[in-house]
Amino acid sequence: MQQGKTVIKVGFSTCGIAAGGNKVYEVLTKGIAKDNLQVVLQKTGCIGMCYLEPIVDVITPEGNLFSYGGVTEENAIRIMEEHIKQGQPPEDLLINKEREEVVGQQVRIALRNCGIIDPESMNDYRESGGYKAIEKALLEMTPEKVIDEVLRSGLRGRGGAGFPTGLKWRFTRQYQSNQKYLVCNADEGDPGAFMDRSIIEGDPHAVLEGMMIAAYAIGASEGHIYVRAEYPLAIIRLDKAIKDMKEAGLLGNNILGSGFNFTLKIKKGAGAFVCGEETALIASLEGERGMPRLKPPFPAEAGLWKKPTCINNVETFANVPWIILNGAEKYAAYGTEKSKGTKVFALAGKAKRGGLIEVPMGITLKEVIFGVGGGIRDDKKFKGVQLGGPSGGCIPESLLDTPVDYDSVGKTGAIMGSGGMIVMDETTCMVDMARFFSNFVQNESCGKCIHCRLGTKRMLEILNRITEGKAQPEELDLLEEIAYNVKEGALCGLGQTAPNPVLTTLNYFREEYVSHIMDRKCPAKVCYELLTYTIDPELCNGCRRCSKRCPTEAISGNKKEPHVIDQEKCIKCGNCFDTCRFKAVLVD
Amino acid sequence: MAKSGTLEVGAIPYDVFDTVIAKYNGDPTAIISILQDIQEHLDYVPKDGISYLAEKLGVSPAKIYGIVTFYAQFRLQPKGKYIIMLCEGTACHVNGAKMVGKAIEEELNIKGGETTGDGNFTLEKVACIGCCSLSPVMVINEETYAKLTPESTRKILKEYQEREAAAQN
Repeated sequence: MQQGKTVIKVGFSTCGIAAGGNKVYEVLTKGIAKDNLQVVLQKTGCIGMCYLEPIVDVITPEGNLFSYGGVTEENAIRIMEEHIKQGQPPEDLLINKEREEVVGQQVRIALRNCGIIDPESMNDYRESGGYKAIEKALLEMTPEKVIDEVLRSGLRGRGGAGFPTGLKWRFTRQYQSNQKYLVCNADEGDPGAFMDRSIIEGDPHAVLEGMMIAAYAIGASEGHIYVRAEYPLAIIRLDKAIKDMKEAGLLGNNILGSGFNFTLKIKKGAGAFVCGEETALIASLEGERGMPRLKPPFPAEAGLWKKPTCINNVETFANVPWIILNGAEKYAAYGTEKSKGTKVFALAGKAKRGGLIEVPMGITLKEVIFGVGGGIRDDKKFKGVQLGGPSGGCIPESLLDTPVDYDSVGKTGAIMGSGGMIVMDETTCMVDMARFFSNFVQNESCGKCIHCRLGTKRMLEILNRITEGKAQPEELDLLEEIAYNVKEGALCGLGQTAPNPVLTTLNYFREEYVSHIMDRKCPAKVCYELLTYTIDPELCNGCRRCSKRCPTEAISGNKKEPHVIDQEKCIKCGNCFDTCRFKAVLVD
Repeated sequence: MAKSGTLEVGAIPYDVFDTVIAKYNGDPTAIISILQDIQEHLDYVPKDGISYLAEKLGVSPAKIYGIVTFYAQFRLQPKGKYIIMLCEGTACHVNGAKMVGKAIEEELNIKGGETTGDGNFTLEKVACIGCCSLSPVMVINEETYAKLTPESTRKILKEYQEREAAAQN
């Protein structure tokens, strides 16, 4: 960072770019060049307020922050004209207050640099304390001491299962071998979760430094990062970071004169959810179909190429340098007795403030959704929250006081998971959600074991029949029975957890299943086969917009006279409902 | 499953295969990376090239075919000029991705995984592209379209179609 100059930072993660951040960046670049403005323009990662992207921060030489949200190309010009040139920050665009509300409630450890530093600048990372932890570990600590520190911090695997990280490292360390491997699991496949993407895009060096420390601790000399091919920007930033590390002598032989050797390789995943399971991931790294293997032996004993291998998740690694620098006690001061530290969540769905947040373990779901998340969009009624994606479950309103930690969330039937948190309101159909997740796991089932391959298929078929109004009452018990069988009989984590969305919705929202089956109605009006569209003759003025859009010519009536829908012909596509400007189309 | 015995010889771009195989020193354990590189060059993995690749790597064609069909990323057919990636992640789903998908299918008359007859559009339904707070989302080539409705989706597709029609004339 250059001293004495105003710095402008543009949020440049996938979310920021998708919202138009690159166009804003272009406008700013041109404007600065045209008027020869004495400012430094930078890209940064995601501060987590994705719903306000593109975000532009202006930081004065005195260090004052002016944060602008939802910046359009026109607003970018206003920021330059009014703020930079005239010294009059356009008040109506400022989001400082909201930023304080959202970010101020968080404890940012894994996300400590996201949205603040330039992720493509190793210098930026170093200036914020980067690579001090590996220096400390290599020069002042034995591998055992590092493991002990991480163990005492209480850090548990952030990928979902929550296994104590220090313990995993100790197991891998104790096996003697001429070659050990360290793997970073960045195959974030849970639909609705983007913690790992944001961390890599916003602070890749933190993950890589965490990997170096882990490798030193377990005695590995080779590291692999298994990252989704669907995350091109994350891959570019990892690539750049690794190149910079090599140039700085942080990779290779005898790093920092300590005798520690380490190399890093990026491996692109090819799109298979099951590869998030560690033995499937190993199979994929070896060039096989990503199918899980029987455990034991655990990867700590015989993993990649049958050598001792330790696999941790992105967020886990991002925490490690902070723990080494600040000490285990400081990390363990956050959280609950059995779940220490903080957790990053991707808040999405119907939450007002969708985005990425990091909070101490143990705060309640209510505090997360209604405090940090700002409540429900359009002030609709909260219905449930899905934790842990397709492996997790749906938690109802009555359990909103559940503390967010591994054990409490587990008791509800959901799992903490990697951090996806999908908020649902009254317009979400719980049977449809269960069907959605079952469809997902059915597609992603690798097919190796019968319980998962056929069990999820039969479950999906029943759920399809329920949402289409074709199910018989006794099928509900059958669905439950199959769900328990899959849970008990499946080979790997994917299958064992696949029934969770079905079981939790059956447990907490059984009446919705019953309405679908007995009354042939979808209370949330989502399952379109169960809907009936009619036209209110009082409100219809015969504009004919709907009849023109009807694909089956089910709507008839004279011009300027109320129309009617022929229920025999209606395929319930909802086009008329979407098209009507007079709210004359009713749905039941 | 693949129809066997229908390999058409001659259309395989051997040079691309050879370059990629050489880059990975013919290492059969790098097969996924090799296939990714081939697809990056050719936009798809030609089914007819699988036997050639298998021979060069010393593995069976069945193994390569098994990998290609296991991972969602690989395509055995060329894709359209514009790839529409419709996100079907959880956040997009609860915010109406299904209706957006229906609008695309109706407008272009194709289903997920298919390409329009004129070769212009391919529709791919993907699990999650990680822009959950902007849902529902689709990506057409590099461009991301956020907070879609069936109406706005149709409008966007019409713009592409008009642009293509103008380019033809």
